[in-house]
Amino acid sequence: MATTRVYLDHNATTPILPVVRAAVVEAFDQVGNPSSVHRDGAGARRVVDQARDRVAELVGAPAGEVVFTSGGTEANNLALLGFDRRVIVSAIEHDSVMAPARLARTGCSVVPVDSNGVVDLDALESVLSADPNALLSLMLANNETGVRQPVREAAELAHRQGALVHCDAVQGPGKLPLDMADLGVDLLTVSAHKFGGPTGVGALIVRSGLNVAPRQVGGGQEGYRRAGTPNVSGIAGFGAAAQWLFENRGLDVASVARQRDRLEAACSEFGAAVFGAGAPRLANTSCLTMPGVSSETQIMAFDLDGIAVSAGAACSSGKVGPSHVLAAMGVSDDVAGSAIRVSLGRDTSEADVDRFIEAWKTLYERKHADLSRRLAS
Amino acid sequence: MTVRRPIYLDYQATTPLDPRARDAMRPFLEESFGNPHSAHHTFGQQAAEAVEVARRNVADLIGADPREIVFTSGATESNNLAIKGAARFIGNTRRHIVTVATEHKCVLESVKALEGEGFSPTVLPVRQNGLVDVDELAAALTDDTVLVSVMGVNNEIGVIQPLKEIGQVCRARDVLFHSDCAQAVGKIPLDVGDMSIDLMSISAHKMYGPKGIGALYVRRRPRVRLEALFSGGGQERGMRSGTVPAFLCVGFGTAADIARQEMADERKRLARLAANLKDRLLAVAGARLNGDADQRWPGNLNVSFAGVDAEALLAALIDDVAAATGSACTSAAVEPSYVLNALGLDAEIASSAIRLGLGRSTTTDEVEAAATAILRAVDTLRAHAQDSAA
Repeated sequence: MATTRVYLDHNATTPILPVVRAAVVEAFDQVGNPSSVHRDGAGARRVVDQARDRVAELVGAPAGEVVFTSGGTEANNLALLGFDRRVIVSAIEHDSVMAPARLARTGCSVVPVDSNGVVDLDALESVLSADPNALLSLMLANNETGVRQPVREAAELAHRQGALVHCDAVQGPGKLPLDMADLGVDLLTVSAHKFGGPTGVGALIVRSGLNVAPRQVGGGQEGYRRAGTPNVSGIAGFGAAAQWLFENRGLDVASVARQRDRLEAACSEFGAAVFGAGAPRLANTSCLTMPGVSSETQIMAFDLDGIAVSAGAACSSGKVGPSHVLAAMGVSDDVAGSAIRVSLGRDTSEADVDRFIEAWKTLYERKHADLSRRLAS
Repeated sequence: MTVRRPIYLDYQATTPLDPRARDAMRPFLEESFGNPHSAHHTFGQQAAEAVEVARRNVADLIGADPREIVFTSGATESNNLAIKGAARFIGNTRRHIVTVATEHKCVLESVKALEGEGFSPTVLPVRQNGLVDVDELAAALTDDTVLVSVMGVNNEIGVIQPLKEIGQVCRARDVLFHSDCAQAVGKIPLDVGDMSIDLMSISAHKMYGPKGIGALYVRRRPRVRLEALFSGGGQERGMRSGTVPAFLCVGFGTAADIARQEMADERKRLARLAANLKDRLLAVAGARLNGDADQRWPGNLNVSFAGVDAEALLAALIDDVAAATGSACTSAAVEPSYVLNALGLDAEIASSAIRLGLGRSTTTDEVEAAATAILRAVDTLRAHAQDSAA
């Protein structure tokens, strides 16, 4: 039986928007290097400059503050290691924040989260007062649980102690309103492929007046903040995605939340427990567990049913390890080992959600029957 | 036959995307999306398989194993990762680095960054023809030397450095050999085994692939270890974290496959075109070719016209020829080329040099038309100079 596949892993990557595809393909025909003085160079430069304006508009920052990178990971590394300051991170940051934080020569402090996965502002305040002039990195919303973080409040506390504030907002565009000034942060990471853009491109927004030490040096591109020939077609696609989002306001949050809540309610009747449900979350994300069934088994079973979901972050390539996010929320390894992430997208239909619920029920009942049989024998 | 103007003669800055590479990428901009690291579902697997095919194509072009190819965002990142990564990884025991004055800015800047971390660099001069003296390089190595970095083909003057000889010297002294081959891969035959290269930087957009993707070759036997530039999800065997852009990899891999098949014929074709162009330009009084006349990639002619300011010449040619005075990265800032300075050219010759790059789309008609336009502009500028002197 040929049925269409259902993609419920939008926090890992999203389908390319048609307008983005068109912009990327069109930019393929740009012959020049944007740094070249001649007319072909100017043509490529115009594509990059226009995209820079669109990305700036999306995040509410001046165009000069946009530093194009190869993606969210590079932008996070650039931010975390770009200042000679001690680093403070929450315990649930993405690996691309956690890993450079641990490498920071100046050292790093980790701030705990509560059982819903929200950063503990009291703990943050005491860490900040012990480490004035640090760099705080706090994500806008967690990629695994969707739990939103009190970035504005944290930024106020941090600035009071002379700290700089970075926000990994990779999961933001399309799901949450995003305004850098409103958030009150100094540095912001965005990634194109998380909201309909192409992979291989992202940006770090660097508040003007801040000198970020480059991770890669060379030809002085991006205002000496990131050397290397710009990825012209990728940047064109990034700009098109930003423009589309700016004009179309992203997800219909209320309707996506309704679908997500329906999914969670239905699965809860079949053993599901939901993580982070007590906190404000992204409307599209659900991190839930089927007790007694490993994440890996679930993902493969759903895949056989034509449904793509994931166990936490996609990065940890292949191997499904315990999630540091769930561990920080006090979830035992045992329970965390049964957690999966379902993330809905713009095109997710009611029928898609129905199919997931059906597959969940089937798997749950099969496993439950196995278990009863084993107990009986 | 009419030719498109301006005639593109700046193939060292970037090459136009080959239509075959573009066509190969398109499906990955359509339904086959997916994060290649989402290994447990089908969408992700399709992307991952395409990335592995591309990895093999790139490896095949330089005689490497696919497992030795690390995808990066381009040659600048590859050079930074190779030089800083290798030095930082073993830097506690050895702290001397050897490179050459005519290397690309991103190599020299990476070495300079390491100097700030306590490493001591030796920047070797080149001979008048732009080639490094291998004996001099061998003499510069000490027991403290961790890495030698010498490029394959120079981006400004096109000379080909003796990689195999340098590789032998490095191997004998147990020193890592890195080569920035952004301008060489897909143009001249390269073999990491034969040339004893431990680390090689590759750029897709210098070989008719897309911008935003490149690779670093990292030898497995004996294993070369690096400190990552970006850490996080641990992709690319921990050497380069970040979601791998599947469509760009596919374009890169296709470009590599095309280059492998067409390289030999293309080199002969360009040699003929370049010979015509060179003959016409050098027939003018006061014209000279910079860099060795024989040990060079034919698709690069760096020519000085005595008494003609290169910037003025390019400005006069703006409707006819898209060329450059040197590296695109720094061309926004008008400063004398450090590469030409390193050849020992006097400042006036250096400031009268333009770089003409020929490539896959260059035709005989274009070369003829470009030569005519350049010679006319040189005449005009010289006449003006005489008028104002009179």
